[in-house]
Amino acid sequence: MKYMCFGYKDEKKWEQMSESEKNRLFDVCFAYDDELRANGHFLSGEALEDASAAVTLRIKNGKVSVTDGPFVETKEQLGGIGVIEAKDLNEAIALWSKHPALGASATGFEIRPIVDMTAMMDASKQRRKAAGKS
Amino acid sequence: MRSMPMRKDESTQPIYEQVDAIYRSESRRVFATLIRLLGDFDLAEEAMQTAFAAALEQWPREGVPANPRAWLVSTARFKAIDALRRRARLNSSIMESMGPLEASPNPIEADQPEIEDDRLRLIFTCCHPALPPDAQVALTLREVCGLTTEEIARAFLTSAPTMAQRIVRAKAKIRDACIPYEVPARAELPNRLDVVLRVVYLVFNEGYTTSLGPTLMRHDLSSEAIRLARLFLELLPDPEAEGLLALMLLHESRRSARTTPDGEMILLEDQDRSLWNRELIAEGIRLVRRAFASRRLGPYTVQAAISALHAEAPSSAATDWSEIVGLYDLLLRIEPSPVVELNLAVAIAMRDGPRAGLSQIEGLLAKGELENYPLAHSAKGELCRRAGQMDKAKASFEKALALTSQEQQRRFLQRRLAEIK
Repeated sequence: MKYMCFGYKDEKKWEQMSESEKNRLFDVCFAYDDELRANGHFLSGEALEDASAAVTLRIKNGKVSVTDGPFVETKEQLGGIGVIEAKDLNEAIALWSKHPALGASATGFEIRPIVDMTAMMDASKQRRKAAGKS
Repeated sequence: MRSMPMRKDESTQPIYEQVDAIYRSESRRVFATLIRLLGDFDLAEEAMQTAFAAALEQWPREGVPANPRAWLVSTARFKAIDALRRRARLNSSIMESMGPLEASPNPIEADQPEIEDDRLRLIFTCCHPALPPDAQVALTLREVCGLTTEEIARAFLTSAPTMAQRIVRAKAKIRDACIPYEVPARAELPNRLDVVLRVVYLVFNEGYTTSLGPTLMRHDLSSEAIRLARLFLELLPDPEAEGLLALMLLHESRRSARTTPDGEMILLEDQDRSLWNRELIAEGIRLVRRAFASRRLGPYTVQAAISALHAEAPSSAATDWSEIVGLYDLLLRIEPSPVVELNLAVAIAMRDGPRAGLSQIEGLLAKGELENYPLAHSAKGELCRRAGQMDKAKASFEKALALTSQEQQRRFLQRRLAEIK
């Protein structure tokens, strides 16, 4: 099973960290990524720029409206995502519990199972093929 | 047993099937040993994962080792210590968890009796009486049987996050309460054995008696319970464990006869006995005989003996009801309970006619303990019906119907009510 983990962070706290503190955190986080990679767990991971760099699209009166800032304004903002392969939800929990960012730059993680879309995509392909023929 | 939770890519393709087969047959054993060596469930799981990943990488080059299990255990242990050291260099707070690891002697001789004992340790730890019963069940299914959290959640009709929390809490409890990873001492063994057998039987019944939700899933639970009982017996021969395995096999032998193709319940006496699985019956009976010969009779063995009498009888009428009454009497002495009394009353009715059983059941219901037990009312209804007391039968079936939410039972009771109108 694939699980995506959303890491939330307090951006103010992050800004207050010194350069060396940040570097130390990068080191332990990347080392942990390497460990996940070596064990066949790591699929992908991305860090996000601050929420101030975000733009949000919404539909208003049938038109796309663009505003600056994140989708939801909260104290804790999405700071990064990671995707892992794990046996089950408990293994995913165990793996993310050990992540060095948790309690350091990240204030919390949300773990969600990723839906396997393969069958749905195949079915959709069939439908589109059939529609093209008629 | 599940496949390896690892991606199959081009580089691992040639060896993947072989390693996967070893994963299926050895991973639970390797895991059980690693918990002992590393002192932590999660650490052990991770270490095992690392070792299998290393196997996929190294075995194509170096060949499959002569003793893969020993290789996996020592590789996992080495890599776990290595990873802890590496992390400790980066993060000093991890240093504290290093102590016991460094101290443990270099262990791994593959066929040491200890390694067989590890699975037994694992079973006893998962079924530790300090854990709540639902946690015992969840932990046993995940750690001993290798089911995933999602599978267990589906089988118990609960959400995966709820089940995951239950498992996380149980492991935290094991860690915080320092529940030892060991086979209990002789003096403690009978009580601890009871808990293990109860967990196994609970898993079985969850798959067998209740049929809420998808039947297929639940069937898996019954086979898992049977597999678990076989494993347990292999590790620790015990007459009551034999009795329990026999009981489950005998129940299981009737699976395809107990419901109609559209899922309606069929009572034992109306079942097509040619559908009963003779192989399971033969094995069940063999086990009951062996358990009986031990002369230390426990409740599972006696129940299995009752079930064996049904299994041997060509029809309900030709069943040795006197013998069954005698066994229920015995069961009542070993483990008194109003439900056993109810079964005894039904057996008496089968031996001596409905009126004899009816007076027993009425006496039982008057005591009040079974007032909210739907099967007591439906049994009373059935005996009234047979005794020609239709009004009383109707009242009892209605009472049972009001008490049960189990769909098959409800439909059965509704059919009975329609018949007597």
